[in-house]
Amino acid sequence: MQPSKATLGWMYHNMVTSRKFETIIEKIYMEGKSPVFNMANGPIPGEMHLSNGQEPVAVGVCAHLKPEDIVTATHRPHHQAIAKGVDLNRMAAEIFGKATGLSGGRGGHMHLFDPAVNFACAGIIAQGMGPAVGAALSRKMQGKPGVAVAFIGEGAANQGAFHEAMNLAAVWKLPFICVIEDNAWGISVAKSAATPVKRNDVRAAAYGIPGHYVEGNDPWKIYDVAGQAIARARAGEGPTLIEVETYRLAGHFMGDAEGYRPKGEKDALFAKDPIPLMRKRLEADGTFTAAELTKMEAEAEVKVAAAIKFAREGAAPKPEDALTAVFA
Amino acid sequence: MTIVNERKLTIARAMAEAMAQEMRIDPAVFVMGEDIAQLGGVFGNTRGLVDEFGKDRVRDTPISETGFISAAVGAAMDGMRPVVELMFVDFFGVCFDAIYNLMAKNIYFSGGHVTVPMVLMTSTGGGYSDAGQHSQCLYGSFAHLPGMKVVSPSNAYDAKGLMTAAIRDNSPVIFMFHKGLQGMGWLGTEAAANVHVPEDAYEVEIGKAAIAREGSDVTIVSIAMGVHHALKAAKVLEAEGISTEVVDLRSLVPLDRDTVRASVRKTGRLIVVDEDYHSYGVSGEIIATVCEAGDITLKAPPRRIAYPDVPIAYAHGMEQFCLPNPEKVAAAAREICRTAVPA
Repeated sequence: MQPSKATLGWMYHNMVTSRKFETIIEKIYMEGKSPVFNMANGPIPGEMHLSNGQEPVAVGVCAHLKPEDIVTATHRPHHQAIAKGVDLNRMAAEIFGKATGLSGGRGGHMHLFDPAVNFACAGIIAQGMGPAVGAALSRKMQGKPGVAVAFIGEGAANQGAFHEAMNLAAVWKLPFICVIEDNAWGISVAKSAATPVKRNDVRAAAYGIPGHYVEGNDPWKIYDVAGQAIARARAGEGPTLIEVETYRLAGHFMGDAEGYRPKGEKDALFAKDPIPLMRKRLEADGTFTAAELTKMEAEAEVKVAAAIKFAREGAAPKPEDALTAVFA
Repeated sequence: MTIVNERKLTIARAMAEAMAQEMRIDPAVFVMGEDIAQLGGVFGNTRGLVDEFGKDRVRDTPISETGFISAAVGAAMDGMRPVVELMFVDFFGVCFDAIYNLMAKNIYFSGGHVTVPMVLMTSTGGGYSDAGQHSQCLYGSFAHLPGMKVVSPSNAYDAKGLMTAAIRDNSPVIFMFHKGLQGMGWLGTEAAANVHVPEDAYEVEIGKAAIAREGSDVTIVSIAMGVHHALKAAKVLEAEGISTEVVDLRSLVPLDRDTVRASVRKTGRLIVVDEDYHSYGVSGEIIATVCEAGDITLKAPPRRIAYPDVPIAYAHGMEQFCLPNPEKVAAAAREICRTAVPA
């Protein structure tokens, strides 16, 4: 399965949007946090988990998804949210903790919910697995179209929730795809120290379902494998487990000194930064001209700037609104 | 009042009837859990459903509480109305993340833009020597954490009405049913829980307590099995000239503080009967509710009859020693009805 020119343009645009969004968020996050780093300070408080480097997974999968399809994301959700079409303005405002945010400031960056595009987050490792499987069950029971994708990290494959959800999805043959973003690190613990198998796709055998590993953080390959799995799910043939090799170019969260990384790893990863690589390839194979790619980047820049402006200008929530929206 | 030929049901039958009636009118309602289909639920509350609705809507699950409870959250957010069974409430230890971090928080974290219309029904209570991993109540643990409504019926009428209300609610509801009230003979059932249940569907409002018995000297506040202990004690006390009012909370979240306060305002004396653990729980909350009212002068210090702060023992004598019972309730009532608070 190969992406069309239009799809490639969409993928590149969304990767760039995510990167530009995070680049600005990273900068604003540090406002008010120096000289002494205190997570509670600044216009964006709390933890901040950046996804830069992992954009190909989000776009390679979400290129196949429609608004009615379901995505559950993780504590590191920006690239997935952008690729799924979450309202960028309201997402930015939520990250700023504004009344104009997706949930009026109640959730923050680990709890982004946009029901218009069936996007939800879960802040705890492997927590999104069950809800995605349940949404897939809902579609199957209702006879309604739609597949559910749970994005998780490679560390989540060691959680009990992962096993239980995979087992349910397989035994009930649900339209579900688990996409593992293997960025090699669970905060500071290497995959090799936490997982007894090199690749989590082999775990698919435990559920009698197909498993695939995609090497090299390659948008084209991810698009291909995800496309086959999603088509299979849409055809009622059941779930698939996909693990994708990807790179976390940042720390686990902002403020992470990353002392656990072997010397030279970061430089090697930046040399494989998927965005310049994709740009190079799109230009080299004649899909887009340099001018076209530059235009896409400029469009992403405008979109991101507008979202940040929307977020900055939004009113803070009324403190007493903390007491509302507990129940439906 | 006894109606001739009135239809009495057990709580188990009343729960199943409520589910069946809602399933008939709303295709989004479905039931899942361990052994709830062909077996009809270990405690009988889904009996007969699979015959009418089939295995798709009455769905046996793997032994996988995290998996199917978190799946219910996802299904509920996607337009379904799952009724899920956690066989014993004690099993919450293997799946609480799905309950209090997902089920209870997704409405809030979405700013109210998603709904989570699901019911988690779960059995509580001991008294039959099943030891401390199959006998707990844990009412207070659930009620303490925001985002879930919590109900527990003492009789079949309330069981049906609360279940109907819970299924129709757009927020998650924990429906806690006491094993000793289920009408399952092998659990040593409480006959007074089997009461007249109308055939038509009806709701019992979640968050509304009931006055199970009117009285003027002392208020006993309780829930589920404790209500029956209180009613039995009240009969004995009546013969001794003590008039007892019994408040059946029915819901812990929302908590009907007004009804509790109104009763204690009238009697001036308070006993809380709670089969859950003594400390940091429902009994303390009820006493605080009365104290915080500001306009209630107690004639005697409040009392609580609760399970001591120890795990639940297996041996019959040890467990019964710790459990609330009518004798303990009556003894406490006698004491506070003759004790005056020093001026």
